[in-house]
Amino acid sequence: MAKLVAVTLALITIASAVPILAHIWVPPADISTHGHLIDEQMSDTMAEAGICFIAAQLILAAFIWMFSNRKPGDKIKNFPGGAKGLVTAAFLLVGTEVLALGFFGTRAWADVFLTPASANSMPVQVQAGQFAFYFRYPGPDGKFGPIHPDKINEASQNIFGLDVDNDPDSKDDIVTAEMGVPMNKEIHLLMHAKDVGHSFYVRELRMQQDFVPGLDLSLHFTATKVGRYEIVCTQLCGLGHYNMKAYLNVMSQPDYDDWLKKQASMQ
Amino acid sequence: MHDVSAHLAHHTPPQGFIRKYIFSVDHKVIGKQYYGLGLFAVVIGMVLSWLMRIHLVWPNFAIPGLKWISSAGAPGGIITPEYYLQLMTMHGTLMVFFVLTNVPFAGFGNYFLPIQIGADDMAFPRFNMMSFWVTFVGFCVLFAAFFVGDGPPLSGWTAYAPLSAIPGTGPGQAMGQTLWAISIATFCIGQLLGSLNFITTTLDFRTKGMTLMRMPLCTWAWFITSCIGLLAFAVLLPACILLILDRVAGTSFFIPSNLVVSDQLVNHSGGSPLLWQHLFWFFGHPEVYIAILPAVGIVSHILVNSYRRPLLSHKAVIYCLMAIGFLSFMVWGHHMFVSGMNPFSALVFSFPTLVITIPFTILTLIWIGSLYGSNLQINSASLFALGFISMLVTGGISGFFLAQPSIDIYLHGTYFVVGHFHMVMGVAAIFGMFAGTYFWASKMFGRMMNETLGKIHFWGTFVGTYCIFMPFHYLGLVGNVRRYSAFVDDYLAPLIPVHKFISIAALFTGAVQLIFLYNLTYSRFKGAPAPVNPWNGTSLEWTVPSPPPWDNFGGRHPVVYHDPYQYGIEGSSGDYVMQDSPEQIQTVREDKDLI
Repeated sequence: MAKLVAVTLALITIASAVPILAHIWVPPADISTHGHLIDEQMSDTMAEAGICFIAAQLILAAFIWMFSNRKPGDKIKNFPGGAKGLVTAAFLLVGTEVLALGFFGTRAWADVFLTPASANSMPVQVQAGQFAFYFRYPGPDGKFGPIHPDKINEASQNIFGLDVDNDPDSKDDIVTAEMGVPMNKEIHLLMHAKDVGHSFYVRELRMQQDFVPGLDLSLHFTATKVGRYEIVCTQLCGLGHYNMKAYLNVMSQPDYDDWLKKQASMQ
Repeated sequence: MHDVSAHLAHHTPPQGFIRKYIFSVDHKVIGKQYYGLGLFAVVIGMVLSWLMRIHLVWPNFAIPGLKWISSAGAPGGIITPEYYLQLMTMHGTLMVFFVLTNVPFAGFGNYFLPIQIGADDMAFPRFNMMSFWVTFVGFCVLFAAFFVGDGPPLSGWTAYAPLSAIPGTGPGQAMGQTLWAISIATFCIGQLLGSLNFITTTLDFRTKGMTLMRMPLCTWAWFITSCIGLLAFAVLLPACILLILDRVAGTSFFIPSNLVVSDQLVNHSGGSPLLWQHLFWFFGHPEVYIAILPAVGIVSHILVNSYRRPLLSHKAVIYCLMAIGFLSFMVWGHHMFVSGMNPFSALVFSFPTLVITIPFTILTLIWIGSLYGSNLQINSASLFALGFISMLVTGGISGFFLAQPSIDIYLHGTYFVVGHFHMVMGVAAIFGMFAGTYFWASKMFGRMMNETLGKIHFWGTFVGTYCIFMPFHYLGLVGNVRRYSAFVDDYLAPLIPVHKFISIAALFTGAVQLIFLYNLTYSRFKGAPAPVNPWNGTSLEWTVPSPPPWDNFGGRHPVVYHDPYQYGIEGSSGDYVMQDSPEQIQTVREDKDLI
């Protein structure tokens, strides 16, 4: 029985490792300027974690095989180095490895969350509410009109609660159901939650950030590849959570200009 | 140490059915009551997981009988999106609270801690009885949520505000969510009472010769778990009270101003949703160590028995348990990396999260290193204990990814997280419970469980759980979002075949658990009579009859002469020396731990 356990454990270990080694289960191609740092961090971690996983499971399997069914006369043996060696190894190897990875990963984190958007980034506002994302562009005046929560009304399509009659900054604001951005232009995404917690997640951009009601949060990113990418909600927000999504359209500058003009004409 | 004779004077044998089996102050009865409650909860929790897995891959399948439980949630037996989330919420709540905290800690701990330290009962037997019945009331309140109004809450076991704080945000968020909060607050009270008992008993009721270092490792684990529980549940209780106040008394601890729900302005202001998250996770992270540490202790206790030699270092295991307990209070923000909290604090939380890898690695190396050169005995208990090591390695390593904020940007909210916590809690901790059951059922019930059925149960569960939860990690790597009741996104639809494999594995593994339930029930009444020490164990529970009398040691006070794990040496009983044996046999290890 022990030998069967050992073999089964070894097979499970190999079967688990194969899909990773074969690069079957990988994030989609990165379309951002910062994403490669996250991908490198993930690869380094996968390599180290993979070695630890395979080594630990196979050694466990090997020892189960070797030390069951002891023969008469076999003495109990200590692992070479004993506890001291193992504890020292744990501190030195694992401690160094995890702290090194943690340290080197700070750059990827800092690039996303600890550096401010640059002064010439393009602002886009996103409002998350049960169960849709809506986007707002400031229009030619470059200013967002104020949000009046008491005026928010989905039935009349006043998603952001704008008062275009009395707020001059709101007059040229452009509200859209899809997010369009020009390629290679830094975007400053201003995040606002209407009701409960939501989250903004675009796999290809390697971006994720919760919307917190009551907090003004923002992200900044630069998309480097034209295409249409899904924005999905990853913070449980109610019964429509599974269906809460929008699209990010990354376009060339001329295509983006045309798109924005068309959106403006539909306001 | 405590004067046990004074304690004994107040402790007389119970009379009558109610006193013996229902409102009993006997820690053994209370332990079995907790175990029974946990067993009931895990069966419901497992059925809920089947319903979830069936709905995800066969959404139009009409589940027989479900419409009678909720005609709104499952009209014609077909689960609605909201009902999926409601089932998911109850699954998580039942499993984390009423299974993982109840069984390995309150169940086995209540039964065996006093015996293992040589006491005749816990320090506060009446508090102990209260703690179970308070927990039971909490369970009933939670269970009632299935049958009220529009059903249980759908905000997950994490119940983030404002979704959980504003009644109008979805089905189940009115009465269901209030019942949830009352249930959990009640559960907290039960746990606080229990923790006080465990701590006092461990410190004050050890018999002569039972120094702290001579306590078995499971006793240490229960003791440290109870210290964690005292501090952690003391935070969740007020958090739930504040949530209830927001919901019914017009306060705004967690609700900011200017929220619009269903086109209506919400009449609250000044609150912080992040405050709920901080309070919840300050409890929530220590809670997951409350779930795993007893299993670590139980598995260590069983492994050393099956290795027939002491662990390479008894003290290192104890210090690791202490380190984990201490560090568990420093890491809660790793659940909140992308929550909107100050991003600098993410780096601060990441550091102790990575450091906690070290004590877990030491534990794993000691378990595996002690297996080297041992005389491994295979039985159902040791199979699950060895399986625990494998599962903890897998689950722990996936945690290593999530501990890094930069990687968490991509993996947060995906099935990678779900795979991680199921591996450590849903599998490893459960393996610890199974190992404990196979090891100790003979002592608790006086009858042996069937070993052949136990081994079949192991094989089905070991392979089955890997088939279920390893693919979760792959799904997470491609960004499969969690807590979705359906996979309609462009990139998710192609992953459904993998989900089908998982669902079939889940149903198969669930069916295998019926073998365990049958074995447990049949053996309880018809199993072979159990000897006093069927596993040739050394600790004090193996010195009392199976099952023990009401006062454990029959009026005598055991005296302890040895460390708990004197295996692999020639004693008068065989290759071991019991803790209370006056034989003057010393091993190299006794009182001279290398570390």
